[in-house]
Amino acid sequence: ADIISTVEFNHTGELLATGDKGGRVVIFQREQESKNQPQRRGEYNVYSTFQSHEPEFDYLKSLEIEEKINKIRWLPQQNAAYFLLSTNDKTVKLWKVSERDKRPEGYNLKDEDGHLRDPSMITVLRVPVLRPMDLMVEATPRRVFANAHTYHINSISVNSDYETYMSADDLRINLWNFEITNQSFNIVDIKPANMEELTEVITAAEFHPHHCNTFVYSSSKGTIRLCDMRTAALCDRHAKFFEEPEDPSNRSFFSEIISSISDVKFSHSGRYIMTRDYLTVKVWDLNMENRPIETYQVHDYLRSKLCSLYENDCIFDKFECVWNGSDSVIMTGSYNNFFRMFDRNTKRDVTLEASRENSKPRAILKPRKVCVGGKRRKDEISVDSLDFSKKILHTAWHPSENIIAVAATNNLYIFQDKVN
Amino acid sequence: MFVRGLKRKCFDGEEDIEGTLAGIKAIPSYNLQRQSLLDMSLVKLQLCHMLVEPNLCRSVLIANTVRQIQEEMTQDGTWQMINTQSTGQASLDRLVSTDILCRSSREQAEGKHVPGYSTFSKDFEGDQAQDSSETMSTASSMQPPRNLQSNVWEMENPQENKGNFQKSLDQIFETLENKSPNSVEDLFSEVDNSYYDLDTMLTGMMSNTKMGHCDGLETFSSPTTAGSNSNCKSDLNELDHIVEILVES
Repeated sequence: ADIISTVEFNHTGELLATGDKGGRVVIFQREQESKNQPQRRGEYNVYSTFQSHEPEFDYLKSLEIEEKINKIRWLPQQNAAYFLLSTNDKTVKLWKVSERDKRPEGYNLKDEDGHLRDPSMITVLRVPVLRPMDLMVEATPRRVFANAHTYHINSISVNSDYETYMSADDLRINLWNFEITNQSFNIVDIKPANMEELTEVITAAEFHPHHCNTFVYSSSKGTIRLCDMRTAALCDRHAKFFEEPEDPSNRSFFSEIISSISDVKFSHSGRYIMTRDYLTVKVWDLNMENRPIETYQVHDYLRSKLCSLYENDCIFDKFECVWNGSDSVIMTGSYNNFFRMFDRNTKRDVTLEASRENSKPRAILKPRKVCVGGKRRKDEISVDSLDFSKKILHTAWHPSENIIAVAATNNLYIFQDKVN
Repeated sequence: MFVRGLKRKCFDGEEDIEGTLAGIKAIPSYNLQRQSLLDMSLVKLQLCHMLVEPNLCRSVLIANTVRQIQEEMTQDGTWQMINTQSTGQASLDRLVSTDILCRSSREQAEGKHVPGYSTFSKDFEGDQAQDSSETMSTASSMQPPRNLQSNVWEMENPQENKGNFQKSLDQIFETLENKSPNSVEDLFSEVDNSYYDLDTMLTGMMSNTKMGHCDGLETFSSPTTAGSNSNCKSDLNELDHIVEILVES
């Protein structure tokens, strides 16, 4: 199994898609809950697997283009088929996933094997009929949106109009229509005329869940810009600018790096945005630009280790963050296969671990604790024992239920809350 | 997890140092840490994956960190002290810095100058050169009060270290001040361009040949503008060695 690089539930939560470093997409489907076994609430089984992207070679630049899937986003379901967007560094593809459970039989000109029948042997005409067959799930690429990005695509976001979507790379954001693959509109361009003046890049972007004219994008300097596409064709001037003033007491050479935002997500309500930087998760009210309304420390014990984390490049890890369906709980990953949940109402938080060694299937996860001080209690883990190669960068939360998907390197964990 | 030879706890455990050491001793320690951070950053900028385009976000963040360190060093006067020694033009320095390029990783890890300097200078911006030259010219007018601080800095570092530092910085400055896009392209037309031009580096443009660090020797054989005098005789032997290599190739 390859390293999982993205996880995403669809809009009903029935399907869960994962993308990996090898360019494959694996879709899981929740099985129907049966009355016979109420305690076995719908589990996720593999529904479809397909190769979305292949490695490419850019001959002009003599560089490989990785097939790693950076993001998957589902389209809302409009007919029997499912549609999703998947992207690597350069190309976005629209995939149609559909079921086939019937097969036409009784052709006139060819027999069941597909071989052509001898016309002289055909004496009667018949109408082919559809007969049931074993369920087959097919994935077909319906659109390929290529050659629009010079830099690496980090985000895609489907607009609430369901007709357009955007793709963002380090310096530009493009707006696409699903039907048109040979054109896209550039709506944000922060590339300086002289590349040597470059000091800031785009790190993530997302459309507002309800207002199809509004989107946000985050930067490597810890700022978020909200743009309104109605104001101008090129949204270089933001409508709102979210930035928290720097805390002078915490200033170090690493301040800028750890302020770089790795993920930005609108709440389901559309009223808030959540951002993830290296050490914290912040919730912002769209109506207040000068500071976040909530700040949660994910792993503040790493603050004194920043130099080492810079040395081994961990400081550049891009963690994602997610809202639960009701926007009351937020979740993000950390190291040592730990992930953290913060309840915004009760202000309680919990650290859990996604690991086979430390939890049996169907057992309730035991909260974990990282000890910072001298005395380590029995179940605690000291900061120096943390495994920094086991990082949870990608997580997803079911849109309406308390089911979460956690990607731990090349393993996918699905957790549900306990039913009494 | 740690590069061999580098101070294990860079800024980690800084609190201990501040608490126990008195004034002057604390400053050089910070300088050393800052220096090792600068070295590390330059190495990071160089170690881009050759096959895949480097991560632009990471490169920009590292470059910003380097800039920040350099600005601070400029304000401290440590940067300025180095610059006052730079004079004249000599291809000598080109060869010397080539030597730095070819140093083994063992030597690099010991805190001496990493190859990153000479190549880094190519991809650091032209306008950055303007900024640093301007700040340095203002700094040099304030020379007298700075001497004290620079003496402290001098004492702290081993002579060779300082000399190497000067050479490498000189290398950076001359390239920064005199670089024009055309000349850079001429110099490095046969070499992997990605290191030498920020734009191409960041967009991952590369020419056909992928060369290791030591192959950069060829490029330094043509004298370019504005070198600076080094005053380390010990490097003359190494120079001969390098000239030999150049002649042979």
